[in-house]
Amino acid sequence: MIKKVRSHINRDEGLLFERSSPGKRAYQLPELDVPLVDAAAALGKENVREQIEHFPEVSEVEAIRHFTRLSTHNYAIDLGLYPLGSCTMKYNPRINEQVARTEGLAWAHPYQPEPLAQGCLEVLQSLESALLEITGMDAVTLQPSAGAHGEWTGIMLVRALLTSRGNPRKRILVPDSAHGTNPATAAMAGYGVEGIASNERGMIDLAALERAANDEIAALMVTNPSTLGIFEENIVKATEIMHSRGGMVYMDGANMNALVGVTRPGDFGIDVMHLNLHKTFSTPHGGGGPGAGPVAVKKIFEPFLPVPRLKRIGEALAFDYDRPQSIGKVRAYYGNFGVLVRALAYIMAHGGPGLRNATLDAILNANYIRKQLQPYFDMPYTSPSMHECVFSDDRQAKLGVRTGDIAKRLIDYGFHPYTVSFPLIVHGALMIEPTETESKDELDLFVDALISIAKEVETDPEMVRKAPHLTRTSRVDEVTAARKPVLRWVAADER
Amino acid sequence: MRYLPKSDSERRQMLDTIGAASLEDLVSHLPPETMLHRPLAIAPGKSEYDIVDHFRAAGNRNASAYSSFLGAGVYAHYRPVLVDVVVSRGEFLTSYTPYQAEIAQGTLTTIFEFQTMICQLTGMDVANASMYDGSTAVPEAAMMALRITGRNRVLISRAVHPEYRAVLECYARNQQMPVEEFSYDSGTGASDLDDLEKKLNSDTAAVIVQNPNFFGNLENIKAAGEMAHKQGALLVVVFTEAVSLGLLEPPREADIVCGELQSFAISPSFGGPYAGIIAAREKYLRQMPGRLVGQTKDSNGNRAFCLTLSTREQHIRREKATSNICTNQALIALMATVFMTVYGKEGLRELAMQNLAKSHYLSSKLKPKFTGPFFNEFVVATGKRTPAEVNDALLARNIIGGLDLNRFYPELAGHVLLCATEMTRRKDMDVLAEVLSA
Amino acid sequence: MYPDNYRYTKEHEWVLVEEGIGTVGITHHAQNELGDIVYVDLPQIGSAVLQGKTLGSVESVKAVSDIYSPVSGEVTAVNETLSSEPEKLNEDPHGVAWLVKVKLSAPGELSQLMSAADYQTYIGAA
Repeated sequence: MIKKVRSHINRDEGLLFERSSPGKRAYQLPELDVPLVDAAAALGKENVREQIEHFPEVSEVEAIRHFTRLSTHNYAIDLGLYPLGSCTMKYNPRINEQVARTEGLAWAHPYQPEPLAQGCLEVLQSLESALLEITGMDAVTLQPSAGAHGEWTGIMLVRALLTSRGNPRKRILVPDSAHGTNPATAAMAGYGVEGIASNERGMIDLAALERAANDEIAALMVTNPSTLGIFEENIVKATEIMHSRGGMVYMDGANMNALVGVTRPGDFGIDVMHLNLHKTFSTPHGGGGPGAGPVAVKKIFEPFLPVPRLKRIGEALAFDYDRPQSIGKVRAYYGNFGVLVRALAYIMAHGGPGLRNATLDAILNANYIRKQLQPYFDMPYTSPSMHECVFSDDRQAKLGVRTGDIAKRLIDYGFHPYTVSFPLIVHGALMIEPTETESKDELDLFVDALISIAKEVETDPEMVRKAPHLTRTSRVDEVTAARKPVLRWVAADER
Repeated sequence: MRYLPKSDSERRQMLDTIGAASLEDLVSHLPPETMLHRPLAIAPGKSEYDIVDHFRAAGNRNASAYSSFLGAGVYAHYRPVLVDVVVSRGEFLTSYTPYQAEIAQGTLTTIFEFQTMICQLTGMDVANASMYDGSTAVPEAAMMALRITGRNRVLISRAVHPEYRAVLECYARNQQMPVEEFSYDSGTGASDLDDLEKKLNSDTAAVIVQNPNFFGNLENIKAAGEMAHKQGALLVVVFTEAVSLGLLEPPREADIVCGELQSFAISPSFGGPYAGIIAAREKYLRQMPGRLVGQTKDSNGNRAFCLTLSTREQHIRREKATSNICTNQALIALMATVFMTVYGKEGLRELAMQNLAKSHYLSSKLKPKFTGPFFNEFVVATGKRTPAEVNDALLARNIIGGLDLNRFYPELAGHVLLCATEMTRRKDMDVLAEVLSA
Repeated sequence: MYPDNYRYTKEHEWVLVEEGIGTVGITHHAQNELGDIVYVDLPQIGSAVLQGKTLGSVESVKAVSDIYSPVSGEVTAVNETLSSEPEKLNEDPHGVAWLVKVKLSAPGELSQLMSAADYQTYIGAA
């Protein structure tokens, strides 16, 4: 029988382990300039492994082909619009990748003497200054590794401040439109979670907040704009209510891309917030990370920030570990420095006025999509949209087609789907965030695609339900994956 | 602006479609008291050239052209060229978490391979798609042990990386998770298992040791495992030097293995981004934090991969999730995957052998403080001079010396931790030995 | 569809009591709402359960739902089949895919549960 490749431009690709053959190599080490050591003698025979069973053995050519072929099985921003709501999939400038690999920065060891790390410390200092200006806050820690890590750091800061005032309190208020990380974070910081409903305009219900905000509530966690893409018009009043009860307001900065240069959380009463540098400041998502989640705070929280803090001694910068009230260390070293470099490069490329222009373009793009899709899809919350708009599949669901089906059909039109079924307060949500880095042409194609799908739902719902039809991989069976988990490749002789 | 792909006339057309008079009009519904009425005080946009120049200058203000003997959790290993070739592909670099499996098989397949290789290296049954880093993987492993055992006390060796212990303490503070340390043997440098045995009891959820430990010394994993299991506790083994796994017996007695992959082609980058892992016995799968990729089929019956067992995660289980972690380190994990592929079965062992040879050449010219076996790091006293004085003398010869241990271990004042990898040159080791012995 | 000798809860569990032992499961309506069930988490034999309190959970690919015990008592048996074949819960929720057996400690509680007819009215299926 002839083994055939699949009839698709992207050919099938087996796993590395299936391509391995003993003795194939993709490496050559330099000649050793010191004597070889007998491992069993140096380490003890019982501490030395015989081999790494079934570890790959391929040549350099096969290695590069393997990963290159696999790469072609991915969709990416470099290929087109990636309208995942709340994820801010914007263009990732390549200059950021290049500067992050600057030798003196990329090879800097976290423990190298501070006088020989001044370049790194200056990068940290510059980014801190820029983020404070953008957020209107008083102090910032760059250490948290990602958004959820920032949330946890932020809530720990709330706990530390309240504890220093005598009572850490018991619960965190989380709106029903919040990201799942918010309640999970509150739990990890030792707090209970109390939900708070949105009003009919998709905003915080002030009357409900008045009732809920008692002396057991440590903080309100708010996302602004909310996950509906709606600016909380009562945000100032909401922060006043919380502060009058001795509580704090935490802002999830996931949607900061709608605010930069237009309004500042520090100016509308926020006490603690995180930023997702991999969203707002365009450090690449890389298939799921790395990110960075700096936390910015008002002055009263400054003593509690994680160690170390930057300080200036004369001309030089140094780390300050002598911070008795600090919550301690949220991770080793000083943060995802390489990601911080990229974010600073992005901010420098835009500059102050440019950042505001980017925000306005992001809002323009979202509203352009909203206006044209509104005749075809239901929109339960019609308050003005900021950087994203959220539709419901109610009209299509009546014909048996759900948001997940429409999303899969969108793939056939050459686009990545929007965020599916989130936020939870919109039944069958289609959450669309185009970002500022899409051209009018690309947006027009996207709008045409969704209108066309809306019509297909009426004429051929079954076809939409079975989408995608044009991809190399057809609809994936997630049920079997979960029922009978296969999480690693196992050699035939081990099965 | 070069990242904004629209002309003013296109903006005008779009505004007309929307029915807005101007861009400002789109934010006119914001309450006036929330608006910023001035431009951001950040310098105007810069050219590519200016930006490259800025960071090159910053890099030049750092150490350059120095040889270094720093390790202590972050290691200088050669990065094969293929690593950046692969991670620079836009299809990997600029894609999101692979929720839409039909158009994310590239990322999903590489994560499946990653999970497989981590299992092969650690001897565990299941591995997740990565954690933020080694330091945060430790508290995640500890919390996992709490969920599994229903107990709450954690015992951690003082020979675990001090910053990792500090992170565990920070996480533990609000988790009703008392953390207690057990000591190390001042002769061998390995964890003091007598002290461990004294402190172990029926409340202990996890015993945490690092191998090789912070001093570079090997631990008796088997004995630690037996002790922990006798009391019904889990053994968590941490690693910071992943290259050691090429040569060392995997921690088969462990219930959970967590660690840091920085050694696998991830630049030191002043502390991050790196990639952590958690691997475990199959029976603990449901308590694992983080993303997992599983094998399945598509509707045409072809092999395919997808994210799976998501019900453990925050976006579904919310406050009852195994962790709040969302973002992981996919691209960094891909670097590690390419690294493991390039070196492969023979190469990783040969690489580990070179590390062993270099560190033992260096140690043969000095007198290590601890007598236990070590991999590529060891502790040495600086004699009559302080570590600072010795390191200053070394800097004058363009060498960054070892880590002054006084910072983390006051009882080891006057000692430094030295590391030698395959990148360390013999002539620099000779200079180091000469300066240290002077 | 809904056996007359079973009693039902508003949270869509059923119980069949025979000689002081209640066999507990979830209803056809519940499995249909959940979609493809991929995992079932059940208590250990010997553990105590209370009427209206969580007994375990069932998971589909993208959701977790708690199961509430229709009766109070001690768990005397757990359906082991479901750990390897959770799909049985979709196929035969009123039969082979029972979840646990409970030795009733307060048989009087049964009066608070719905009859098959009432349950079907409740879910709008009558």
